[in-house]
Amino acid sequence: MAERVLMKGNEAIAEAAIRAGCRHYFGYPITPQTEIAAYMAKKMPKIGGVFLQAESEIASINMVYGAAAAGMRVMTSSSSPGISLKAEGLSYIAGSDVPAFVVNVQRGGPGLGGIQPSQSDYFQATKGGGHGDYRMIVLAPASVQEMASLTIKGFNLADKYRMTSMILADGTIGQMMEPISFEDAEIETYEKPWALTGTEGKRPHNIVNSLYLQPDQLEKTNFERYERYKIVEENEPMWEEYMMEDAEICVVAFGIASRVAKNAVVAARNEGIKVGLIRPITLWPFPTKPLAAAADKVKSFISVELNMGQMIEDVRLATGCKRPVTLCNRTGGMIPSPEQVLESIRNAQKGE
Amino acid sequence: MKTTQILIAGFGGQGVLFAGKFLAYKGLVQDKQVSWLPSYGPEMRGGTANCSVILSDSPVGSPIITVPDVLVAMNLPSLQKFVDSVAPGGKIFIDSTLIDAKVERADVEVFYIPATQMAKDAGFSTLANMILMGKVMKECDAVAFDGNKETLESFIPAKKAALIDMNCQALQAGYDF
Amino acid sequence: MAVVFEKPKSLTDVQLHYCPGCPHGIIHRLVAEAIDELGIEGKTIGVAPVGCAVMAYDYFACDMIEAAHGRAPATATGIKRCRPDNIVFTYQGDGDLASIGMAETVHAAARNENITIIFVNNAIYGMTGGQMAPTSLPGQVTQTSPYGRDVNHCGWPIRVSEMLSTLEGPEYIARVAVNNVKNVKNAKKAIKKAFENQIAGKGFSLVEVVSACPTNWGMTPQQALAWVESDMLPYYPIGVYKDRTAAKEAEGK
Repeated sequence: MAERVLMKGNEAIAEAAIRAGCRHYFGYPITPQTEIAAYMAKKMPKIGGVFLQAESEIASINMVYGAAAAGMRVMTSSSSPGISLKAEGLSYIAGSDVPAFVVNVQRGGPGLGGIQPSQSDYFQATKGGGHGDYRMIVLAPASVQEMASLTIKGFNLADKYRMTSMILADGTIGQMMEPISFEDAEIETYEKPWALTGTEGKRPHNIVNSLYLQPDQLEKTNFERYERYKIVEENEPMWEEYMMEDAEICVVAFGIASRVAKNAVVAARNEGIKVGLIRPITLWPFPTKPLAAAADKVKSFISVELNMGQMIEDVRLATGCKRPVTLCNRTGGMIPSPEQVLESIRNAQKGE
Repeated sequence: MKTTQILIAGFGGQGVLFAGKFLAYKGLVQDKQVSWLPSYGPEMRGGTANCSVILSDSPVGSPIITVPDVLVAMNLPSLQKFVDSVAPGGKIFIDSTLIDAKVERADVEVFYIPATQMAKDAGFSTLANMILMGKVMKECDAVAFDGNKETLESFIPAKKAALIDMNCQALQAGYDF
Repeated sequence: MAVVFEKPKSLTDVQLHYCPGCPHGIIHRLVAEAIDELGIEGKTIGVAPVGCAVMAYDYFACDMIEAAHGRAPATATGIKRCRPDNIVFTYQGDGDLASIGMAETVHAAARNENITIIFVNNAIYGMTGGQMAPTSLPGQVTQTSPYGRDVNHCGWPIRVSEMLSTLEGPEYIARVAVNNVKNVKNAKKAIKKAFENQIAGKGFSLVEVVSACPTNWGMTPQQALAWVESDMLPYYPIGVYKDRTAAKEAEGK
């Protein structure tokens, strides 16, 4: 096994991106993700890469758009208010079918909100955020190790499907340090015949574009794009199941909430309550299969979230509302304690 | 299977985050499962700062500590804020140079260390944090005391290497207190 | 028979969609001629704006990308930083460059980003049907200033070339016009220079082309060209506003 090093989650993303072949980073400072930019500013010039602090979030995502269209592995990172500003660019990137990698280390909202950890951009990440029919692959790391591994995975998936991959992390996982080992990154390479390289007089010009003034053409393009999304939904859902074999109650949680929930599951098991955890790792595509299967076995679900209840809607959809789903949450930068989650589990056990 | 949850709290600038980092690296070197979580915010200096370190033989669940086994308090507001959250049977380490108050709980073990004064007297006035870490390592068997120098060398940048010996002395002073 | 005039290679055969009398066609041709003459078509990447020139990606034969409104300098930055050996230009109107995209414009200039910007100033939003632009003249009647632009209410038109030339960053800032043959010839020279600067690695070069919009100005093409001379050019004088290399050479003499 590779050597274990201690790293902050944000730094793990930056290092993994470099290992994944990313040599271009465009960003704008915002708490709590700034370590990513700082790491890139230090490293990129030494490895022949580009770190550029843009004048705004809007400019940085449009720089990403240009670099992605030029065929490069490129990224930007931000936190909630900054991602709202990037929404325009994310929509253009989706409409032009170029691959990009974007990190959202979430903080509380709406508005300027706060700077403490949150998961309240779940809707924005999984249901759109920018205008138009489009999807992003949304990856939710729950550890520093996953910040790295899902970054590498994210770059590969982006290139594979010509989509944006977004890491949806939060301030806790961004700021915390854990041991991590960098196995050799598995870099998948894909041909990019559509990229802007200059024609060299050898081929017709490539056009990277999201404008279709003929509605039938735009519809056709959207239909084709959603055929591709269907393949993603079929092949790419990722999740973790924990103590689900005999579970009668299923806790659903992602990211930092799943770490808290795991503690609560262990504590509830010690009280003799048969409870397990399903942790979505991809939030889009949402892992509907294991949840649908669980709905045939368990009495009820508890969605643990750092928001006012956003993923809970996908849990209800995935389970066809066969079983009750309750919410255990904190918001605004607060994190539920294991005791709070345990209390929810006890209540579920009592059928409340 | 042992898990120790350590909360270190004080003013910004007292080396709270560094002290926690040191323990985390000790854990790393000793093949423990480790997590280190800082409070973060706009107060870079002078505001309150704390960090949560978990050292364990099994994978760490939540990195957020709500019920610490060990509390290191480097100022009065931190002690007041966290004293009641310490687990029964837990340990509290207090910099008694800066904190006059006594802990009134009977179900915890309390150590009063005049760390700031000791650091001043020994000529390394900024290392009260490491004196406290020395004492923590002595009283809690979360990580072994051996190999401090190697641990420090593993994460202190070369340009600050001159400080390593002093840090080791501070750890020793705390251990011997 | 000798060929005395032909379509530049760097333009495709796609029919332009511009209104009768619109100078965009002339400006496209000047850009394409410059690319042809410098022999850079095979490595040029163009960035189209949002506005009347939105479909420029169909007209230029080099690789093209369609940027979000105002963001062309940022998108061009992304491309140029990835492919420094390619030649990257943007083609933008006044609403795109001087209103919604002002921040991107100013900061690309401040960075001396090694790109070429063709800035077409016709003092109006054309594509959306003739609204007031950041460069509409005081008193100018548009759809959204139906009583004439009242500077006490919505401020003064922005002289982009003058403003950018106060920055340390950019290499070359010039304003030209295309309302008569002499001005068209000078416009061509400035545009070509803006590309030559990029090839030589000198940095940010912007050519502001004072243009016309007969359709939305409610004029015949002839009237529009006359209005450029009588009203536009006095507020937006032709000239070279910054030329770092020339200034250095003059200093050396």
